[in-house]
Order: sequence, then C-alpha cells, then structure tokens
Amino acid sequence: MALRGLGRRISIGKRCFSSASEVEKRPRDGKQINLFSAINQALHIALETDSRAYVFGEDVGFGGVFRCTTGLADRFGRNRVFNTPLCEQGIAGFAIGLAAMGNRAIAEIQFADYIYPAFDQIVNEAAKFRYRSGNQFNCGGLTIRSPYGAVGHGGHYHSQSPEAFFCHVPGLKVVIPRSPQQAKGLLLACIRDPNPVVFFEPKWLYRLAVEEVPERDYMLPLSQAEVIRQGSDITLVGWGAQLSVLERACDEAAKDGISCELIDLRTLIPWDKETVEASVRKTGRLLVSHEAPVTGGFGAEISASIAERCFLRLEAPVARICGLDTPFPLVYEPFYMPTKNKVLDAIKATVNY
Amino acid sequence: MAIWIMRLRLAHHLGKKIASLEALKLSSWASSLHPWIPASLASSDDRYASKLVRNPVARYAARRFGSTKAQESVSEVTNGSKQVMDFPGGKVMFIPEMRFLAESPGERISCYRVLDDDGQTISGSSFQEVSKEIALKMYSDMVTLQIMDTIFYEAQRQGRISFYLTSIGEEAINVASAAALTINDIVFPQYREPGVLLWRGFTLQEFANQCFGNKSDYGKGRQMPIHYGSNRLNYFTVSSPIATQIPHAVGAAYSLKMDKKHACAVTYFGDGGTSEGDFHAALNFAAVMEVPIIFFCRNNGWAISTPTTEQFRSDGAVIRGQAYGLRSIRVDGNDALAVYSAVHAAREMAIRESRPILVEALTYRVGHHSTSDDSTKYRPVDEIEHWRTARDPVSRYRKWIERNGWLCDDAESELRSNVRKELLHAIQVAEKMEKPPLAELFTDVYDQVPSNLHEQERLLRETIKQHNGDYPPEVPV
Repeated sequence: MALRGLGRRISIGKRCFSSASEVEKRPRDGKQINLFSAINQALHIALETDSRAYVFGEDVGFGGVFRCTTGLADRFGRNRVFNTPLCEQGIAGFAIGLAAMGNRAIAEIQFADYIYPAFDQIVNEAAKFRYRSGNQFNCGGLTIRSPYGAVGHGGHYHSQSPEAFFCHVPGLKVVIPRSPQQAKGLLLACIRDPNPVVFFEPKWLYRLAVEEVPERDYMLPLSQAEVIRQGSDITLVGWGAQLSVLERACDEAAKDGISCELIDLRTLIPWDKETVEASVRKTGRLLVSHEAPVTGGFGAEISASIAERCFLRLEAPVARICGLDTPFPLVYEPFYMPTKNKVLDAIKATVNY
Repeated sequence: MAIWIMRLRLAHHLGKKIASLEALKLSSWASSLHPWIPASLASSDDRYASKLVRNPVARYAARRFGSTKAQESVSEVTNGSKQVMDFPGGKVMFIPEMRFLAESPGERISCYRVLDDDGQTISGSSFQEVSKEIALKMYSDMVTLQIMDTIFYEAQRQGRISFYLTSIGEEAINVASAAALTINDIVFPQYREPGVLLWRGFTLQEFANQCFGNKSDYGKGRQMPIHYGSNRLNYFTVSSPIATQIPHAVGAAYSLKMDKKHACAVTYFGDGGTSEGDFHAALNFAAVMEVPIIFFCRNNGWAISTPTTEQFRSDGAVIRGQAYGLRSIRVDGNDALAVYSAVHAAREMAIRESRPILVEALTYRVGHHSTSDDSTKYRPVDEIEHWRTARDPVSRYRKWIERNGWLCDDAESELRSNVRKELLHAIQVAEKMEKPPLAELFTDVYDQVPSNLHEQERLLRETIKQHNGDYPPEVPV
C-alpha cells in the first residue's frame, strides 16, 4: 500500500502538459512552481489589479493552512486580507453581501468537507441573487475557493469531492483546475467572472504538481473544456487531480494500441457539452472518471447527456470509474479510489465491448 | 430567612473585595438572585449582573473599540489580594469560590419608550426631535401602509394575487426606523418591512406590479408577491429563507467602511430569525470586523404559530448583543418616536464609531403570518383584537401629531380616501398588464444566457407550439 501511494506521488511530480493542437498558447515566460504557489500568484494579481478585491476565510491571514494566501496580508493589509471567525455560513453570507456591493469577494472554505454550512447561502442566496432581483442586484464578484479531494490520509472529512451538489444549482459556476498553470488562469477568470463561482482546488496537487507557470496576469476561458490528448478510440473525461490518473491510464492503453482522447472538463457548470460531444462523435466511446462517489456524481450528468446526443454513435455504454458509494475511508482509501488500473480495465472493456 | 442573611453577608463580603464596583444596592442585588440558586453558587461576579442591568456599555467591551478602555478595570482591582492571570483573550481575575453566572440577570432589560398610550410624551423622556414635515410624512406613510395591507390582503382573498403578508401592528417599526435612516443606508429586509420601501419612495403602482408579477415588476415576475427589491432605493430584494440577509448586511457594511461612506447597513428580522445560525454568525462577524451596521429585530411575539416562549429562553434578542460584543437597546416598537430616536442614535454610533448596534423593537404581529395562515388557530381572538385596537401604533402616534396641531380630521379622512383610490387604481392597472415575456424565464440566471439554456428555450418553444393550451395566455411568448 505504501508503495502504491508512493508511486502515485512520484508520477504526480511529472509535468502536466497540453496537446499542441489546443487553442491556448504555450507559456514561454514562467517558473516551475507548484499549485499553491500558482494560486498564490493569482491572488496577488487579483488584489493588485482591483483595489476592491478582498481575500478572507479561516486562517488566511498568516498564509493559510495550505499556504495559498502567503504574503497577501503583508502586502495588501489586514483590511483586505483577513481572518474570519470559524463559521462557514458567516463566511459565505458575508462574502455575498460584500460582492453585492460591487466588490470582488474571494472567500476561502478551509476544506470542501466543511462547505455544507454555507450551502444554504450558496444555493438559496448567491445562486439566485441576480435572477430573483430581476438583475437589479447581483453577487457576481463572489468566488469561493476550497481545497477538495483525496490527499492519501484525509479520511471522511479531509478528502471529499462535493462538486456534484453544486453542479445541480442554476446560477452557480463550478470550476476545477488540473494543474498549476491551469489553476492560475482559471482562478483569475473565476474572480473576474460576473457570476458567483465555486473553485475547487485539488489539495493533493498543492505541493506535488509542479509546472512552468507564466508570471504575468493571464486568464483561461470558463465553460470551455480542453482536449489535452488527441485520440481516436475512446474519450476520457475528468477534472482536477483525476486527470493525471487518466493520463497514466492513457499511456498504458497506448501500449496496447488503444488511442485515447483525453478531455479536461475544467468548468463543470455550465459545462462544455459541445467539445465532449464532438470528441465522442469521433471516438464512439466515453469514459468518465471522478473521485466523488459514482451514484449521483457529475459523471452521471455527462453520461446521460452524451447518451442523449450520441446514442447511435456510441459503440459501448458510457463507463464511469469513480469513488465508491461510501464515506471516504482511511485505510481503505486505495480500494475506494478510481485508480489507474481500474480506469485501464474499463478502457479495455469499453473498447472490446 | 437564613438564606436571605447569607445572601446579604455574601454581598457585603464581595462588596468589600471588589473595590471598583459602584455601591452595591444589596436589596436589589439580592432580589435579583434567582430564588433557586443556593447562595454559594449564586451569580458570581455580580459585576455581570449589575453591568447588564444598569450599564449596558460594559466596561469589558471589546478592547478594539476606541471608545472604551478595558484595561483600567483590571488594574483598579489589583490591590494585592486579587490574583490576575494572563490567558489568550486578556487578563482575568481568579476567585476561589466556584460560582456560576446565572442564566439571566434577574431583571429584564428595560424598554425605551417616549409616548404613552395617549400619545403624550412621557415626562423625563429624551428623544430625537422630528420636524413637522417628517412627522407628517411618517404618519401618512403609516396610514398608507395600513391601507395597502388591508387592500392587498383582500385582493389575495379574492384570488387576484397569489399571496400576501401584512405588517399590521408594525407600522411604527417600518416607517419610523426608515425615517431615521438616509437613502444611502443600505437595507437588507426580511419580508415584513415594506414600509421602509414606502418611506423611500416606492410607489403603490410599483408594489402592485410586483404582487401581480407583471412586465413592470422589477423582479420580472420571478418571485412570489411581497418579494420587493429596489436598487434605486438601496433596498435589497426580499428572499423567503429566514435570516439569510443578516450576514449579507455585514458584508455590505464592511464595504461601506472600506469605501469610507458616511452610511450604514441596516437589516431587519423577526424574533424567529434570531434562532437561525445566520443571525449568530452575522453578529459575531460584525463585532469582529467592526462594521457600521444596525441589526433591527422586530420582536412581534410570533414566528408563524410559535410564540417567543418556544423560540428562545433568553430575555428576547437584546440581551444577546452583549454576548457578541455589541451595544444594544430594547425599544417599544409601537412607539414611533422611540423607534425613530433609537434608530437615529444607533445610526450615528454605527457610522461614527464603525460598530454594530442591535435594536430590539417589542411589538405584536396583529395580522396572520400570511394569507396562508389563520392565527386564530393558535392564539385568542381577543388578544389579537386588543393589540389591533388598544395598542395600535398608528392611532397612538396620531394622537401625538394632533396634540401638536399638525393634523385635523378632514386631512385624515382625505388622506385615507386618496390612498384607497390610488391603490385600487394601481391594482387595476397592474392586474391588466401582461406578464413579462417568456424570454425572461432564461435571462439573469447568469449574466449571459449559457448554451444549455438557449437549448432549453428552443425546446420549450417547440413544446409550446405543440401544446399551446397548456400555458397561461398572460405570458407573452
């Protein structure tokens, strides 16, 4: 078990790269930095470029439990970067009010596992703020960032992937980056997007994912999936940390002559159906993979939508390789997780259907 | 008798030890003890008791507020025999006796009142003067609110609008509090505060448009009646969930502070709302962030059918202010002048000192919770009648205005009949007007309509063509 865990960590250390055919230009100016540093850079830029931007949450003042907010309070002052009391519903409610006055409220929820007290504020208030007021008011300046996902030893309450709950809420955007370079650009886009956004950061990658990240101010488009590997036999869709698992599965499948197209969804709602559909029309097969439990997970939405749109083109049922329908376990984590081999087996089964 | 003597001795003993305390009135202190608490376990530090009862501005108020100096209270009492210890949070004094702070200070927090039941100012009362113009506008708006409530309620009963809730009994709270604010103060209502909107200039037509959800409704027909909102008048759109607006107001107040605006945020909620987590979260945040905000609690005795005895065991809402480090006041919510004065003072403190203030206005919800409620099912009819007539805030205030020679009977009846006429006309106009077009079902979910909604609109329009009869004709397609 220790070796398996180690194996995963080593491969995460590899650089994530995008395929040559994608639209976004390859960064030329940049340093090799990890995920929390990339996020930190994005936050510095956000506060630098908008004097009415604020960063707050539990423990963000000293730099945050994951160091994403390092240096911000020193640079911008405790009026703009500050700790809040330990109260997620308060953080969310306060953030909504701040955003409603035209500010950029960048709130942190320390772990996605603790976002639920804020759920009422996010669903009933933030998501409906513009609609219910007839566009007289909005809280588009709201961005809630939160670390999510497995970390190897997190158990029930430091490993959750709650994205599906939020994907069911019209009015919200949900964005999940797969790497440092992606995270910086996507986070800046989320902060500047005039809609409330929940930004889940894969905590596993905070230190372990290292990539060349441009130092400048740049944004990546929301609601645009990215094809990071071209392929012809099967389409794989995922987000966040799971992409690196899918990537390794792709590499091994290639040894068996299976050509995989790999798509990073990036924005889960509103999601880029067109890109996924175009890919499945090409390959005829789809596999979706996420850490969250399979039942009711966002993979179900993708599967149903693609089945609707591409039924006659599909050569096999849509496969979902996801977490089990259990609370996230500690010693059983390696069994729970949608591992590379589970994905690989499913790729082969789907191709050979 | 023995217990009484023990209490006196204890008090005397404490009185000698705690040198800084103002002279203990032993009898009042003793009588404030809960009869069931043994003297040895009595309310510890009667400093707590006396502070709560006599001096709302506790000397232990947060160190961060410049207007109070907390440290001096500790050094004053350190006279050798007292042990003081440093813990995170500051110095505390040790006592060798084990004492529990009583669950209540014994006496309820007093209620500020200016006008008696006859509309006469109570002698010795201090209040914020109000000009004749403002005073009359307040009266006129209170009457308008009453008439508006009566007629809209009727309209719902007739099936012309789907829902309504009245503010009967709370006219003084609505209008007088609004009058003490400026248009730049940002309001976050619960739902029983249309009088604040009315004061600011929302017209009867605008109210009617929202209730009928027609194409002139600023909310574009999306929400139930009474969910008003006006960005022009700095009144955030009502949402049904209880107390969710309270932390919003704190965020807004922080924005005002950062932008150095000479304004505050004001948020309203009922007694029921003070049980929600959002209330506690908001008060705590407001105190820590030191923001200019007024938390206005309309304690009208009922949360639908739940009386306050089933809502909390504290002395209403006002007592909780101190727990979070907020200055607070209890006021007679049916006394327009008292409400006006308290809010005026609260606003000044909030802005000048950048601090939160909690105002609890005691009142009675004369109407049913809403048109979906029949409150005679859970409270006596004569109780409702008593509050509707004998304790009516509008007539009480009218007496004061009349005493000032500012109002005569003719003006009164002319006002009422004009409002009625105007409102009935507004309702007619609102009712006839078509609803917002179908396209508005899909807009404003996001700032731009996303592709999935474009697709859903397309499919919906196809369905409508096929099954036209399934859809209401008042909504233009």
